[in-house]
Amino acid sequence: MLLRLRDRSSPAPSEITPEALYRGRRQWLAQAGLLALGGAALASAPLRRSEAQAMRLAGVTPNPRHVLASDEKLNKVEDFRSYCNFYEFGMDKSDPPVHAKAMKVRPWTVTIEGEVNKPQTIDVDALHRMAPLEERVYRLRCVEAWSMVIPWVGFPLSELIRRVEPRGNAKYVEFVTLADPKVMPGLRYRSLEWPYVEGLRMDEAMHPLTLLVLGAYGETLAPQNGAPVRVMSPWKYGFKSGKSIVKIRFVESQPKTAWHKAAPGEYGFYSNVNPDVDHPRWSQKTERRIGEFSRRKTLLFNGYGEQVAHLYAGMDLRKFF
Amino acid sequence: MALLSVSAARLLNTPGFGWSVILLALLPLARLVAGVPLGWLGVNPLEYLIRATGEWTLILLALTLSVTPLRRLTGWSALHRLRRAFGRLTFVYGLVHFTVYLVFDMGLDWGEILRDIPKRPFITVGFTAFVLLACLAATSSDRAIRVLGATRWRRVHRAVYVIAVLGVIHYLWLVRADITKPVLYGAIFAFLFALRIAWAWKARVQVRRDAGVA
Repeated sequence: MLLRLRDRSSPAPSEITPEALYRGRRQWLAQAGLLALGGAALASAPLRRSEAQAMRLAGVTPNPRHVLASDEKLNKVEDFRSYCNFYEFGMDKSDPPVHAKAMKVRPWTVTIEGEVNKPQTIDVDALHRMAPLEERVYRLRCVEAWSMVIPWVGFPLSELIRRVEPRGNAKYVEFVTLADPKVMPGLRYRSLEWPYVEGLRMDEAMHPLTLLVLGAYGETLAPQNGAPVRVMSPWKYGFKSGKSIVKIRFVESQPKTAWHKAAPGEYGFYSNVNPDVDHPRWSQKTERRIGEFSRRKTLLFNGYGEQVAHLYAGMDLRKFF
Repeated sequence: MALLSVSAARLLNTPGFGWSVILLALLPLARLVAGVPLGWLGVNPLEYLIRATGEWTLILLALTLSVTPLRRLTGWSALHRLRRAFGRLTFVYGLVHFTVYLVFDMGLDWGEILRDIPKRPFITVGFTAFVLLACLAATSSDRAIRVLGATRWRRVHRAVYVIAVLGVIHYLWLVRADITKPVLYGAIFAFLFALRIAWAWKARVQVRRDAGVA
């Protein structure tokens, strides 16, 4: 597989020392929390940590190629944090901000397995050190025909993929997200099959636009937005970008993804944003941009056609929706 | 119980009662309409507005269909006056719901609207329900009863059951995964239908028995 090297306009890892400070502070908080709990009787009690609080990320460089378009505005951070789908925490948009607070996002590990030479379990703090963090403004288009503009923080997923050395027969990447019945009331409802599984074709996962997201708005992700680590492929409907990822598997055959399993006629594996291919029950021609009054026209590949259209050359996008 | 019944009947006959109920039923609409500019409807106000007006249409339809069973169960004949009021209010909410769709979803692009209605099943169903609802609202008057004749008028207004079924299907087909609410409204209507079917059945048996005796 041809690996594209990222340009080095972003800061070298050595330039982001403040980030280590931030992590140190995190550890200190954890230890302080433990001490505060004290007593053997309390030691087994669940650790209430302040991780739900978003923390400022240091050493984040805006990527000049992914800045705000002149005719668009960033969505308010409150919009982003209060209006989201995260069915594990409940099916109403107002559920995740309430229930996701209970999710512990540290310690957190992501297990890499399947067709790779270097299967491993990576601590999310190690992910923060893996590559320089950059800020990228992407449009987020939900399959429900609303959209936002979000400044994500992370690095290309390809950085991670390169390091784990996928084998030749790794054709797809599967993302498995957390399914913890203790903190996720939505798991009681069989609206989808749990855990939530999403996937990308290898070239989609390696595409420089696909981001491994660790934050947004310059801070760590809020739990309802998929803390501590999620992916984002901006030319696909939002549900393709799994939240709170615990496992990344490299597989040979196309993953059986959650929404596709729930309604195969409505949600395809590709689910590229496409105004010409309607959802069977509603139109995808236009979208409600959160914060705007009238609808906007939806753009093919959510406006990222120049970068991604070649991935689907010769494919019938109506058939492979 | 008898005392309660008497005072309830007296309340129902109070001159301002009908108007008070109508004003009360319009309060949610006032909140929704004012809520758009005032920012009460959350992050996606127009989505909220269209969902809420749709849901209130179903609620008022259920209230309309509750009047006759309630009257039968309580014997409060004055309730009858509320049936027409609730029916018309159902239309008012349906009209606002449909208008939000025309103006904010479709931007009054009539060509696009004419393509959209037959193309998307849930819109087709909702639109059909709205047209029927408009017909019933237009004939919701004493004058219409006189012109049509009571029997034919009653037959025409049985379309209300079709509207309820279409309304629930419309809701069921638009949700993505959470079918709790459409199923809830479906259950409410099913219950209201079941009462009527049971009473009609009983009446028929009664008629047959009477005929047998005679």
